[in-house]
Amino acid sequence: MKTCLIVDDSKVIRKVARHILETLEFQVEEAGDGREAMTRCEEAMPDVVLLDWNMPVMSGMEFLKLLRQRGHGDQPKVVFCTTENDMAHIRAALEAGADEYVMKPFDRETLHIKLQLVGVA
Amino acid sequence: MQVSDSSSRILAGLLEARTGQQLTMSRRWRIETALSSLLRARGLSTLDELIAILVMGREPALAGQVVEALLNNETYFFRDRGPFDLLAADVLPLLAQRRQSARRLRIWSAGCSTGQEAYSLAMLFADDPMKWAGWTIDILATDVSTAAIDRARSGTYTQFEVQRGLGIQQMIRWFEEGDDGWRAAEALRRTVRFQVHNVLEMPPHPGGFDIVLCRNVLLYLSAEKRAMAFDRLASAMAPDGWLMLGAGETVIGQTRRLTADTARRGLYCLADDKQPPARAVARGG
Repeated sequence: MKTCLIVDDSKVIRKVARHILETLEFQVEEAGDGREAMTRCEEAMPDVVLLDWNMPVMSGMEFLKLLRQRGHGDQPKVVFCTTENDMAHIRAALEAGADEYVMKPFDRETLHIKLQLVGVA
Repeated sequence: MQVSDSSSRILAGLLEARTGQQLTMSRRWRIETALSSLLRARGLSTLDELIAILVMGREPALAGQVVEALLNNETYFFRDRGPFDLLAADVLPLLAQRRQSARRLRIWSAGCSTGQEAYSLAMLFADDPMKWAGWTIDILATDVSTAAIDRARSGTYTQFEVQRGLGIQQMIRWFEEGDDGWRAAEALRRTVRFQVHNVLEMPPHPGGFDIVLCRNVLLYLSAEKRAMAFDRLASAMAPDGWLMLGAGETVIGQTRRLTADTARRGLYCLADDKQPPARAVARGG
């Protein structure tokens, strides 16, 4: 079973995403900000991270840059999942090492295909 | 809002008369949702009021609007993915060899809805420009819905639609963000022609299509009309062309003109006329 870490400061979004991911047979962990996400990753690296952009304490972009700087071989796939939906943000995310990008709102089909495209579903 | 049997029957009759399609159970449950915006726009509170206006024939344009609302336009880019992988890895390389002298390919997306299938096809070619340099790629995309074709022709999709099925790299390569949504690049739009057309009518010009896609369309037709549609689709194919159907759809037991390509799952070729028919054509009923 693949593992997914949902990083979002919204409990509602985490709940919705968890529901979708569990129907896709993922084992799901949650974090409310980038720092908590980094702690989770140091404990056990997930297969994929579903990452919000704007969060308190540490943003999604800061988390992603830190994660990619680790340089270990166990790098997870990172799928941004955010309301930052303009081309500038998308390009910045890809340059920082994101593998995919989901614009909120989204549905199960969209997320499933994105996870297939990065090779974890 | 309750949908009575009599209202369902009237709507089913209207849809079949205008398009040949049936109001299947999968559509029947969504009648309320499909017609709710039409009711709101006209200030009507019940479906029966709408049916009454329809039956009295006071507003001829209303029937067309109801039919448009009832048609299922569900689609997304690279739907089911596998068929497009098969085209890219197997069928298109084979056609590239076979059509090397003419350097022209004709593809028909029949029942294209709002155009995502046709633009997905266009991307298969646009993503490999060196291979197809000097080729004329003609993608014709048709649908019975005027509203769907208008949207397809605009090539503009909402944020929700544009990311359904598309990887982010492909999305930013081929779509531009604008005030109205995300618009397909000129390079894609000039590859695809859109036309209102019913799959039960005579095939569109020019015919001789190398690939015909008709996915998740024929399931809305009666057995009799489906056999007719297969006949039309077969007539439109090049002698060595392929028909692609949706997942779970088949020609078996429905037409003698087409046969499964055993090497390519989901693809069908013209049957060899010299062979005796293997199965009877299904009768309507």
